[in-house]
Amino acid sequence: MFSFLDLNLVWFILLGVLLIGYAILDGFDLGVGVLHLFTKGDTERRISLNSIGPVWDGNEVWLVTAGGALFAAFPHAYATAFSAFYIPFMILLCMLIFRAVALEFRSKEPMPWWRATWDVAFSVSSIVASVLFGVAVGNLVVGIPLGEDMEFQGTFFQLLNPYSLLVGVFNLTIFAMHGAIYLYLKTEGDLQQKVKGWVVHTTALFVVFYIMTTIATLVTVPSMIANFQKFPVVWLLVPINVLAIANIPRSLYFNQPGIAFLSSCVSIATLILLFGAGVFPNMIISSLGEATNLTIYSAASSQKTLGIMLIIAILGMPCVIAYTSVIYWVFRGKVQLDKFSY
Amino acid sequence: MELDVVLLSRLQFAFTVMFHYLYPPLSIGLGLLIVIMEGMFLRTGNPIYERMTKFWIKIFALTFGLGVASGIVMEFEFGTNWATYSRYVGDVFGSALAAEGIFAFFLESGFLAVLVFGWNRVSPKMHFFSAIMVFLGSLFSSVWIVVANSWMQTPAGYHIVGEGLMARAEIVDFWALVFNPSSVVRLTHVVLGAFIQGAFLVLSISAWYLLKNRHLEFARRSFTIALVVATLTSLAQLIAGHFSAEVVAKYQPAKLAAFEGVYKTEDSTPLYLFGFPNSETQTVDMGIPVPGALSFLVHKDFSTPVTGLDQFAKEDQPPVALPFQMYHIMIALGIYFIGLTCVSLFLLWTGKLFQMRWLMWVFVFSVVGPFIANQAGWIAAEVGRQPWIVYGLLRTSEGVSKAVAAEAVLSSLIMFTLLYALLFLLFVYLLDRKIKHGPDEDEKDVDSTRHYDFIDAISKRKSSASMMDSEVMSFRSNLEAEKGA
Repeated sequence: MFSFLDLNLVWFILLGVLLIGYAILDGFDLGVGVLHLFTKGDTERRISLNSIGPVWDGNEVWLVTAGGALFAAFPHAYATAFSAFYIPFMILLCMLIFRAVALEFRSKEPMPWWRATWDVAFSVSSIVASVLFGVAVGNLVVGIPLGEDMEFQGTFFQLLNPYSLLVGVFNLTIFAMHGAIYLYLKTEGDLQQKVKGWVVHTTALFVVFYIMTTIATLVTVPSMIANFQKFPVVWLLVPINVLAIANIPRSLYFNQPGIAFLSSCVSIATLILLFGAGVFPNMIISSLGEATNLTIYSAASSQKTLGIMLIIAILGMPCVIAYTSVIYWVFRGKVQLDKFSY
Repeated sequence: MELDVVLLSRLQFAFTVMFHYLYPPLSIGLGLLIVIMEGMFLRTGNPIYERMTKFWIKIFALTFGLGVASGIVMEFEFGTNWATYSRYVGDVFGSALAAEGIFAFFLESGFLAVLVFGWNRVSPKMHFFSAIMVFLGSLFSSVWIVVANSWMQTPAGYHIVGEGLMARAEIVDFWALVFNPSSVVRLTHVVLGAFIQGAFLVLSISAWYLLKNRHLEFARRSFTIALVVATLTSLAQLIAGHFSAEVVAKYQPAKLAAFEGVYKTEDSTPLYLFGFPNSETQTVDMGIPVPGALSFLVHKDFSTPVTGLDQFAKEDQPPVALPFQMYHIMIALGIYFIGLTCVSLFLLWTGKLFQMRWLMWVFVFSVVGPFIANQAGWIAAEVGRQPWIVYGLLRTSEGVSKAVAAEAVLSSLIMFTLLYALLFLLFVYLLDRKIKHGPDEDEKDVDSTRHYDFIDAISKRKSSASMMDSEVMSFRSNLEAEKGA
């Protein structure tokens, strides 16, 4: 079955789709967390939390599924990356747990110190998690030292190289902007006006880091655009990306939060596509020479497994999209606090 | 002191998975009870069932949140700590994990939002549908993870490709993998264990309300539903457990030998009701043996010998003391659940149950039983599989990540210990708060007996029950009047 398809390529693309889904959905979640401490007073804080209340753990499932798909389709990439990023991933797990717990527990007690503590935990964990995701992507771009046995040869501190840290902060600004736009969409009245200011500031920051990261990438990892020469169609992503970003202030000016959010989603999606196009056909680039790169062929499961998984995905994804849409439809509109809220 | 990365990774995995496994069985068990309660509400229109559903969903949400948070850790740890294992099994294990994500997790977490936050946003029927979806989602997630684990116990449908360090298992037959020899019996065993755990939580909290003379009608009805579920599942577990042990005997004889403390292969193998296996002397000390009983359970006759550990090379033998004790604790608790629930169901039938305060106290504390039984069962199953991570194919010591230093694992182990201690305290604290707060009383309170003391209230039970009926009648006529208008 599927012998007419390059299943490895299909799964590389599907993994990209899952990653885009995760970045867009949990991206605004994390972004709301990043900005959480800028809200003032208990009602504003609760609106902030409840804007993502019903959807955040569904969004996190995209990470679980992307992780599962990586494990299944490219077990060597999964094993190499996860053991290489041992310490950052342990910190990431710690942050994700803290975030979940803070959301769950914050409004369960009325004491101000209780709520303030969880507010800080929620925000700090969101910030650290956003940066760590970026650091991981940065390392995948610059490459990590891999031996003949596909195992990581470096140390934790090598992962904290300047380029990867820059991508970490860049990612923080992406999520902050995305989260601000989401809040702009979900709030009303005075709070919405305040949030509008955040959108302006975070978008400005985002643009600054966008330019810095682009220059740093072209200087330190010129190979990232090698594929652009090979497949000129990839160049199309660049204007789409730039136009989507430019459309954010425009739609803000015309008070169209929905369009602004959509533009933010498109800019995240195109950034991930650019990243994927840049590293293709590698999953993990080795800094010790091309021979030890993990590619979508050398890191993959058997054709049989990739085929079975494709069937699972074809059966499952329409359901996932259907009920994700139902959930977002049920919870559409502005945040309203009721007794079931956080 | 030299730190052992294999030992530390095993400790960390054991610790994090045991912590994780406190919660999913509760979600599965409570999920079933919530579906029953909300179904009763839709069928009868009696608002007490709505209050019950709402309250137990709050408890459900708390356990679910912790299950998700601690579950992500598990998925990461395969890669972070067991990279070589992940390379080896990725082709086989991965499909199950991907299916779990796509079919189960999305279903569960998506509809949970409707279940918890959607009371004012969807119709009662849609809400009930969401309850079923959440329950099915949690059930499906147990299916795929148990299939994957069962494959590690009794591998099937695969072949080995490559040699030495690059060898790995690849799928040959997907359905043979899914229906490997132990997956169906183990799945049944696990799911029944989850139902028992959920039911006992409801029993415990309801018994406490009855003892404290609070929310009596709510507590009696919750208790009754949970007791019926607990009785049926405890009885079914006896059968499922037996079949599960038979599969172990057939496919993992060394593991069964460890469970039962069979060091030597001999005629009329005894079954130890109790004892302390001694690996030095290769005997079970201070034990109570039933001669020939194990031979009978395994071979259906009292004389045929059961394979002992002496049939296995020293390096292929599992540890004995821990699996033996855990296995025996699990069985003892299983028998306790059957005894307790059957007697209580009889007493409920005779109408005496809720007057027996001491028995209610027994139920309050019995909630720890299923937690211990489920954990003990898994410890027995996983330690009994040693020294293999994939039975007969890959040793645990070979599965560990090569790129991770022992110091890193020690740090993360300490981190998880602190983090989970905090989480557990918060969980207990919030559960306690929710229980003390109790179900919302803002709907018209149908509990007319709450002002009497406990014994009084029980003696008034009949009259309160008939008042209930009149309440239902008026509720229904109200509904009809609304429809008419």
